[in-house]
Amino acid sequence: MCLQLKRKLQSITNKSLPAIAVAVILIVWQILTGTRIIPPFLLPSPVDVVKAFVDDFPLLLSNSAVTLAEMFIGLVTGTAIGFFMAVIMDRFTSLYKAFYPLVVITQTIPTVAIAPLLVLWFGYEMLPKIILIVIIVFFPITVSLLEGFRSADPDMINLMRSMGATNLQIFRHVKFPGALPQFFSSLKIAVSYAVVGAVISEWLGGFNGLGVYMTRVRKAYAFDKMFAVIFLVSAISLLLMFIIGILQKKCMPWKEKEKKI
Amino acid sequence: MAKLEVKDVSFSYDGKTNVIENINIKLNKGEIVSLLGASGGGKTTLFNVISGLLTPQRGSVFLDGEEITGKHGKMSYMLQKDLLMEYKTIEDNIALPLIIKGEKKSDARKRVGEHFSEFGLEGTEKCYPAELSGGMRQRAALLRTYMVSNNVALLDEPFSALDTLTKDDMHKWFLGVMDRIRLSTILITHDIDEAILLSDRIYILGGNPGSVKNEIVIDEEKPRNKDFNLTERFLNYKKEIISML
Repeated sequence: MCLQLKRKLQSITNKSLPAIAVAVILIVWQILTGTRIIPPFLLPSPVDVVKAFVDDFPLLLSNSAVTLAEMFIGLVTGTAIGFFMAVIMDRFTSLYKAFYPLVVITQTIPTVAIAPLLVLWFGYEMLPKIILIVIIVFFPITVSLLEGFRSADPDMINLMRSMGATNLQIFRHVKFPGALPQFFSSLKIAVSYAVVGAVISEWLGGFNGLGVYMTRVRKAYAFDKMFAVIFLVSAISLLLMFIIGILQKKCMPWKEKEKKI
Repeated sequence: MAKLEVKDVSFSYDGKTNVIENINIKLNKGEIVSLLGASGGGKTTLFNVISGLLTPQRGSVFLDGEEITGKHGKMSYMLQKDLLMEYKTIEDNIALPLIIKGEKKSDARKRVGEHFSEFGLEGTEKCYPAELSGGMRQRAALLRTYMVSNNVALLDEPFSALDTLTKDDMHKWFLGVMDRIRLSTILITHDIDEAILLSDRIYILGGNPGSVKNEIVIDEEKPRNKDFNLTERFLNYKKEIISML
């Protein structure tokens, strides 16, 4: 009983430590800006940021909807392409040898350099933004899934073959479920990249979205609004990562049981 | 007619140097036969040939008189690692070979469910492998092997990863369950005591390339008394085997 209480207290302490750290940073920030040690034109106070957030909430909401739509389409498409690439590269060694270097090269090109070209080729609508998100997202998905597929236990595969399993059955029963932990880890990375990618692509051209809003408030030197949108983007990323965490728990119930043992 | 027969089998990975050579083994219905020999003697290669995962350059494998050389899916084997899938429940792990053969999941679950108490696994159906002890996991792995076995099981050092006490318990349990299900079994082991205790016959493998050096019949009634390994007869078998290795 005493040990259980100790563990519970430890768990509460572990969970509250980040919240305390954030609170301390906010208080220090408020003191520095409230006492004008740092002038407000350089750094707005947390209270000003909250006020700007509340005042512009309807505008932020409508722009968020556009950014989220781009992000969602890009994420789903990028994940699907990443999944497909990982499957075929795992199945055919020649395709792995041919495509893997190309997959890596796509990540060495700076996003900020591609984005204007995409705008030039595909205009100011959603398409160039989605393409950019797809380029950003498919890499972590492909690499992690491929790693997961390739780390399947060869003895397990031999056992499946001895049972008469086809390649598809081996994929379904061994490789895919075995790669789920890597898939969800990469999906968490991909979703935060996708949100950032959507915002960056909107900086370079567009009519709506949080990136467009960010550009406008920056040009107006409204840094309180700038910080408000930065925190919103951060909050969206965290929320999406949290949702993926829940999805992971639902899809991998055995991991929860393992934790309890 | 033998349940399983391996005739003049030779196998080489590179096509030049044989790993096993001229292997002849017979397994009769309901019999437990051990392959005993040093590591690297080609025992696991021989299992891969028997199960059809490898095709030998020479020789043939027959199951119930039908040639099955190079054909997998005819029998399953069980390794030192239980190879239970951590993401499937015990019943789904055991039902997997039936599902692979095309059986509906619900039917497969029902069929495997009938054997849970026989294998001492009742109550573990919905558990994940991580929730089971080493011994229970090996029982589940053996039941899975049994489900796909065509009444022939190949067991590759199934108890070597267990601690001594669990291993003793597993040996008693194994002899009991094998007596009931009459599963024709080939067992790879490095443990002479285990081979004598569990087997009807023992093939001694040795040399390079590996080949059958001797065959010993353990002429003792089954199920064997739990104190059999303390008898003089047991020690005589052991001395005979040691002299051959």
